[in-house]
Amino acid sequence: MTDKTSAIRMVKGTIVISFEFCKGCELCVTFCPKHVISLSDRINAAGYPTATLINNGQCTGCAICALVCPEVAIEVYRE
Amino acid sequence: MKLIYTRPESLKKAAFHYCPGCGHSVAHRLVCEVIDEMELRGRTIGIPPPGCSVFAYNYFDVDMAESAHGRGAAVATGIKRACPGIIVFTYQGDGDLAGIGTAETIHAANRGENITTIFINNAVYGMTGGQMAPTTLSGMKTTTTPYGRDPATEGRPMRMSEMLAPLEGVAYIERVAISSPANIRKAKKAIARAFRMQIDNRGFSMVEILSPCPTNWKMTPVQSWKWVEEEMTRVFPPGVYKDVTEPENAG
Amino acid sequence: MRWSAPRLPSRSTVSKVLMDGNSAIAEAAIRAGLRCYFGYPITPQNELTEYMAMHLGRKKGCTFLQAESEVAAINMVYGASLVGARAMTSSSSPGISLKQEGISYLAACELPAVIVNMQRGGPGLGSIAAAQSDYFQATRGGGHGDYRTIVLGPSSVQELADMTMRAFDLADKYKIPVMILGDGVLGQMKEPVEFKREAPEITPTREGTLQGAGGGASRIVKTFTSNPSELEEINWSLFRRYQLIKKNETTWDTYMTDDARLVVVAYGIAARIARGAIKSLRAKGLKVGLFRPVTLWPFPDEPLRELVKNVRQLLVFEMNMGQMIEDVQLALAGKGEVSFYGRPGGVIPAPDEVGRVMSRLYYQKGLK
Repeated sequence: MTDKTSAIRMVKGTIVISFEFCKGCELCVTFCPKHVISLSDRINAAGYPTATLINNGQCTGCAICALVCPEVAIEVYRE
Repeated sequence: MKLIYTRPESLKKAAFHYCPGCGHSVAHRLVCEVIDEMELRGRTIGIPPPGCSVFAYNYFDVDMAESAHGRGAAVATGIKRACPGIIVFTYQGDGDLAGIGTAETIHAANRGENITTIFINNAVYGMTGGQMAPTTLSGMKTTTTPYGRDPATEGRPMRMSEMLAPLEGVAYIERVAISSPANIRKAKKAIARAFRMQIDNRGFSMVEILSPCPTNWKMTPVQSWKWVEEEMTRVFPPGVYKDVTEPENAG
Repeated sequence: MRWSAPRLPSRSTVSKVLMDGNSAIAEAAIRAGLRCYFGYPITPQNELTEYMAMHLGRKKGCTFLQAESEVAAINMVYGASLVGARAMTSSSSPGISLKQEGISYLAACELPAVIVNMQRGGPGLGSIAAAQSDYFQATRGGGHGDYRTIVLGPSSVQELADMTMRAFDLADKYKIPVMILGDGVLGQMKEPVEFKREAPEITPTREGTLQGAGGGASRIVKTFTSNPSELEEINWSLFRRYQLIKKNETTWDTYMTDDARLVVVAYGIAARIARGAIKSLRAKGLKVGLFRPVTLWPFPDEPLRELVKNVRQLLVFEMNMGQMIEDVQLALAGKGEVSFYGRPGGVIPAPDEVGRVMSRLYYQKGLK
């Protein structure tokens, strides 16, 4: 039985974070259930450290990051 | 991969001037998502207040007109009475609605004006630098309550949803919070219900949105969302305070 | 009903009807295509609000609303004007003070509106009797910022009616708030009046106003900006329009000034009182006349300068401590001799009182 559940393939997804719109507030980092987003050292024109997807394979496209992102900086893709 | 989430159409492609983590940003997006989904963009007029969200017209891609501080409900009344076909929403802060604009708000609600009010409660006057608002919590430090709000001299935080709900002209009032994914989903549903009330001419509708203000609370964005979730909701309990369509689920 | 608004027997057959000034303003406004009226009770203009409740409230597509305050009322006018409706509010001195912020917003956003002030004694709660002590507030702009409003000074019930209609046309033509500066006497007194227009079936909607973006681009009505030079340009464009208004719309009236040696300068009800005095003094052979500003802003300074070329003695008579006299002195810049007689607080001097002041001045100055 157990292998049947593990056989269910995890839905694949990805996100695109707008380098210019991000203000490094870390809300997506905090709320991402898979903890696959973190702040990077790439500073945008406004001087904010921007968030980035770190472990691409794990993202399920659940869109929680986009839900909490104040800057509407995240686009979400899903299979 | 299919794009499943992006910027709502009626939200202009402009970067917000709001501080990192600000509740206004999320509230703007939610209102625009509702406007898109209910196809209201062509017949809506928004009334932003003086305050941090005075620049809302740089973001909402609907017809907008500025109002004097606290007078949003009166301006919206004038619009709606002159052109009942137009969908009108006011977007007001706690100083605007619960401070200088209490009379206009209470009487628009009492008359059952068919307008929708998006009420952002972040417990401070944000734009002017973080002064005490009518909704500032007891003991909370602001630039005009540097030693903490003292109920003996400044009174206690005003609960507008509870104050307005008993007025018979009110069709729908819900308090929500921008503090977590689940609460943001609830906020969007509440905003949609409020606009639905207006479309169905049921009377005054308002969504009170507990909103983080990291800069003036001197917190990080994440801390401020936590503070809304844990502290503000205790003083301002979220819930439906009036719903003429389903009276039983009113709080 | 303690009082019932005078009902016009029928719009077409009777041309003149006996009516109080307050009701005449309301009837004229309805005939001028008023769609929304927002009022608040205050003596001495209540008949206007009541007339609107009786007659505008029932008119198809129109709105009568008694607001919770004068502040709310003027902001409702702002909202209605935003979407192209002819909108109006009325009050008296203390209530007009409360509306000043809203009037400044109307002026800033180029929104037409008509505001009626039936003045009463002030300052403070004042008296409910007629006075003219809001002249500065009306003509200098009582709210914040560089702006003007057109101010009309009627002095009869017929003029109240005519000027109300003119006010709506001026407001739409120049996209500006227009104030009718009346007073408690004009509002309460009854005179025969003729309304020169029929009420339109459907009240007009102004072009180019917010109606929702439809399929097109959204629009913004505002002046708030973080860029001062943007606001400066708004100020310059408003003031270019004010010069145009001054050139095109300045109006005044004269009475027996051709051979006059002493001319009274007065507006509104004070001008009516002065006319009475002039008639009786003329009967005694005194060469006296009246110069009556009708637009209080723009003030008729050039015609006054013309007058002083052959009339040296002016007596400014107002029902206040002396306000319009400053415009007279500004206009004349030292030419001619300007004296003042004023009664503030709501006192209404009789014609012979003013006549005595005029004749004393007449003989003191050795006028023949």
